[in-house]
Amino acid sequence: MDDVLQEFISESWDNLAQLDNEIVELEKAGSDPELLASIFRTIHTIKGTCGFIGLDRLGALAHSAENVLGQMRDGKMEVSESAISITLKAIYRIKDLLSAIEETGEEPNLNNSDLINQLDMLARIADDFGAPPPAANQPEDQANVQPPEEPATAFDTVQPPSNDTEQPPHVDVVNDTVEPEAVQSTIQTAAAVIEPEAPATPARVAVAPVEPPAEAAPPQAVATTGASRSVADLSIRVNVDVLDSLMNLVGELVLTRNQLLQLSRGDEESIYSGPITHLNRVTADLQEGVMKTRMQPIGHAWGRLPRLVRDLCQVTGKQIELEMHGAETELDRTVLDAIKDPLTHMVRNSADHGIESPEERRAAGKPEVGTIRLDAFHEGGHVIIRIEDDGGGINIKRVRAKAIDRGIISEADAARLTEMDIAELIFQAGFSTAEQVTSVSGRGVGMDVVRTQIEKIGGMVDLQPVEGQGTCIRMKIPLTLAIISALVVESGDELFAIPQLGVVELVRLAAEDRHRIERIHKHEVLRLRDRLLPLVHLDDVLELKGSPVSGDSKNERAEDSTAQPVDDDVNIVVVQVGEDQLGLIVDEVFDTEEIVVKPVGSLLKEIGIYQGTTILGDGRVIMILDVSGIAAEIGGLNSISREIERADGERDVSADMTSVLLFNVGGGRTMSVPLALVSRLEEFTQEQIERTGDRDLVQYRGDLLPLLPVDGYSRPDEQSMQPVIVFSEGDKAMGLMIEEIDDIIEEELVIRIQSERPGVLGTAIVNNKATDIIDAQHYLKLANPHWFENNHSNFTARVLFAEDSMFFRQLAATSLETAGYEVTAVENGARAIEVLEHGGMFEAIISDIEMPEVGGLDLARWVRARNQYNDVPMVALSGNMNPTLEKQCTDSGFNQFLRKFDPDELRQVLDGLCRSKTPVQGVPA
Amino acid sequence: MQSEFDRQYVSFWIGNQLLGVPVRVVQEVLNPQEIARIPRARREISGLLNLRGQIVTAVNLRRRLQLPDLEEGRESINVVVRHNGEPFSILVDEVGDVITVDEDTFDHVPATLDAVWRGVTTGVYRMEGRLFVIVDVAAILDFGLRISA
Repeated sequence: MDDVLQEFISESWDNLAQLDNEIVELEKAGSDPELLASIFRTIHTIKGTCGFIGLDRLGALAHSAENVLGQMRDGKMEVSESAISITLKAIYRIKDLLSAIEETGEEPNLNNSDLINQLDMLARIADDFGAPPPAANQPEDQANVQPPEEPATAFDTVQPPSNDTEQPPHVDVVNDTVEPEAVQSTIQTAAAVIEPEAPATPARVAVAPVEPPAEAAPPQAVATTGASRSVADLSIRVNVDVLDSLMNLVGELVLTRNQLLQLSRGDEESIYSGPITHLNRVTADLQEGVMKTRMQPIGHAWGRLPRLVRDLCQVTGKQIELEMHGAETELDRTVLDAIKDPLTHMVRNSADHGIESPEERRAAGKPEVGTIRLDAFHEGGHVIIRIEDDGGGINIKRVRAKAIDRGIISEADAARLTEMDIAELIFQAGFSTAEQVTSVSGRGVGMDVVRTQIEKIGGMVDLQPVEGQGTCIRMKIPLTLAIISALVVESGDELFAIPQLGVVELVRLAAEDRHRIERIHKHEVLRLRDRLLPLVHLDDVLELKGSPVSGDSKNERAEDSTAQPVDDDVNIVVVQVGEDQLGLIVDEVFDTEEIVVKPVGSLLKEIGIYQGTTILGDGRVIMILDVSGIAAEIGGLNSISREIERADGERDVSADMTSVLLFNVGGGRTMSVPLALVSRLEEFTQEQIERTGDRDLVQYRGDLLPLLPVDGYSRPDEQSMQPVIVFSEGDKAMGLMIEEIDDIIEEELVIRIQSERPGVLGTAIVNNKATDIIDAQHYLKLANPHWFENNHSNFTARVLFAEDSMFFRQLAATSLETAGYEVTAVENGARAIEVLEHGGMFEAIISDIEMPEVGGLDLARWVRARNQYNDVPMVALSGNMNPTLEKQCTDSGFNQFLRKFDPDELRQVLDGLCRSKTPVQGVPA
Repeated sequence: MQSEFDRQYVSFWIGNQLLGVPVRVVQEVLNPQEIARIPRARREISGLLNLRGQIVTAVNLRRRLQLPDLEEGRESINVVVRHNGEPFSILVDEVGDVITVDEDTFDHVPATLDAVWRGVTTGVYRMEGRLFVIVDVAAILDFGLRISA
């Protein structure tokens, strides 16, 4: 009997033992969802495995039983006594089949169609209003019809002991007939099951012909008379728990050894030094040995794949060659277990969805035989597994449509993503392309589950670009879960370990480079090469800043729990969380150490940011941080990176970020003005300021600059320097006298309250404080009452201005009105279209790009599609100058692409556009 | 009649109150240990200690019983217990003798006791000169069911 089969049997027995109790309990408890789910899972596992190793009859029975259980679980069927008894019957039959397989190493030729029919009937009744029962007849057919294409040689070489054929399978099933041919083919099936254990490297399993069976018949068959000897005699099955506790003990030994080494260091003459050296060596060997007991070649997880691919080929008529390289690569047993299912799923995906039919392949000019290639190799403390196929690749269109359909991304987002980004969406939770339930494919289990499973063991999975066509998925798996390499860091006077696996790089910012840390809204970010890295202070996440000290531990850090001193370097640990990266700011980075992972105590599990604890060489207990937990903690990394991505080069983000000048006007009041409106900041001595009539003037650059105090500010009698904000438009200028300049910050300016006060546009939240934003235009007019007339005399043109930010709308409107334009300002493209549809005539249209409802690009397309507006100049405003976006704008019909918001530039451009095309259809106002 | 072992309790002090836990759950008693505190843990959990390579979660019994911390300069004694296979250290002021109780002196916890105490104690033995209150280890370690007073 081969390994796979053996493993399957022992696993199934374990599961079934528990199942009996559960079913009985279910009968008592009625419909208990948890119980049902657990029973369903057990049967599902058996069914799935049957599919892989070719136990068709068992699989068919399990499939039908699973259907019934599924109906119960989904609440479509009542948990009735009769339903339970049929299910129980099915389970007994499954057990019978299992013992027969265990005894003989092959599937007995039992006719289960009676039971299957009953089960299917039950499932069908529950399936409301004639939805087709899943595979009502097909399993039955499978059970009766033998696979005919098995070559006779398979049987010839197997040579089962004669007593085996004579002895009817010891299963007491009614209406069960054993026909000689059937027995033969049963043996064939069994023979086919026997496969060489871990395939050699590189192993090529050609799929069309059945691979030759292993050299020998099942050895157990000889001993059919005795008690079953189903467990391999050559090896001992050791409970993983035993190995785990051994591993723990070794871990402890290593720590003690480290302590001893530390103690004896520098004292070579000591009588202990000899024994300690010896202990050191033995410990190292022991550690390696124990590690080895837990290591298994990855081929163990691959064993069932050739069969799987072969079966799929038979069902689908495809021709697939499975290449396997690196089967000897060793992994920790627990890790191996964890990757088995995801791996199988991915290979099945490749075979099922990736590789095309021979006809399609021929049409595409590819060889008819498709190839799936598995590679495993060590790379820097991890095992890398690649699954590559030369199939049709991921259908980007379908993935996109599905992702939108499932609400994973919005249509607008989808339009911005690259093909690679779209392809990666298959890993998103809730995305599964599995639409049909078949005996091999799972029920709604998709790549998202694969990713979750891999990430659970600290691995990573991603798509790799492939040259030509096909798909390549790469998994990065830790060698072992028990001893990991971790980076030890300090934050808030405490030490923590960060698993090295998640660490991408370390960045150290010198104190004088601190300013490179920028802010978007509340989040700190760092420009790291070509991307923005969101930053998080570890002591914030851990609430180490100024937290009350624990009463029991001796704590010296009560006072210095303030923020990190500004003159220190900044240490950033860049970690990978899924597709995103995150920078953890820590106080200090120490070495990388091999640490023994110990589970988090039950009382600490609720914290969610620790994945374990460990003991350092000096005996200190420290926590191992769970990077993905931290990412989830800070409100989901996704939201932050999305926010940042919008700010990022490619996307129109910083659209609403404005540099704002903050200044004091006396009496503790702070006001602000967008820096874009300010032409200069000056300081004048009080003596320079001259008073003529009721106006203050200062001689400035060969001209007279009128000065006005900002509302609420009274010019002091005694002050050495008078700070002035200079505004200018064209050749006119004025200076605004204030108490002092405060700061310049980047802020998203949203006017919360519009103001009725003259000179104040409204109130916005700046720097977390409500701040008045001054209306520069107001002061310009005050300083030069004739301003308007001058401009009006020149030229009048009507401008439609679409912009969702009220602030920018007002700002631009005022500025343009000052320049003599007549501005109709609307809050989005939809309103703009409305205005145009109502017969509005304009000499120019200015529009923001990102707006709710109808955006700027759509507005432009709408406008350009209409004859009467065909040659109206259109200007796009955007927060950032990005060539891709600029091209999109030009393509949609914009004439100009301008940075938001430079009033002078806008006016100049408008002047140019409007004057060159003196309005044709416009009636002068 | 229970065996003598089952009637034995490790006694300890919190302030002037004599408390006890069954001998059978106690693994050992340790002098003050270095306890690594855990950021973000609830305040009743003092931290983790390294007991010969085994990591033990330390629970501050004073805080668990909503009593003020031990005065400055005094350190707690660790009563290490096993609960569901996991070691915990219950931090107490002082440790007393192992006391073999007399079943006849058992009483239920008085209903007038406040909710926190009632929730974590199983009963009282009337001893000469003082009352010996038995603490329910499972309840002490179960923060989910804690009744907030």
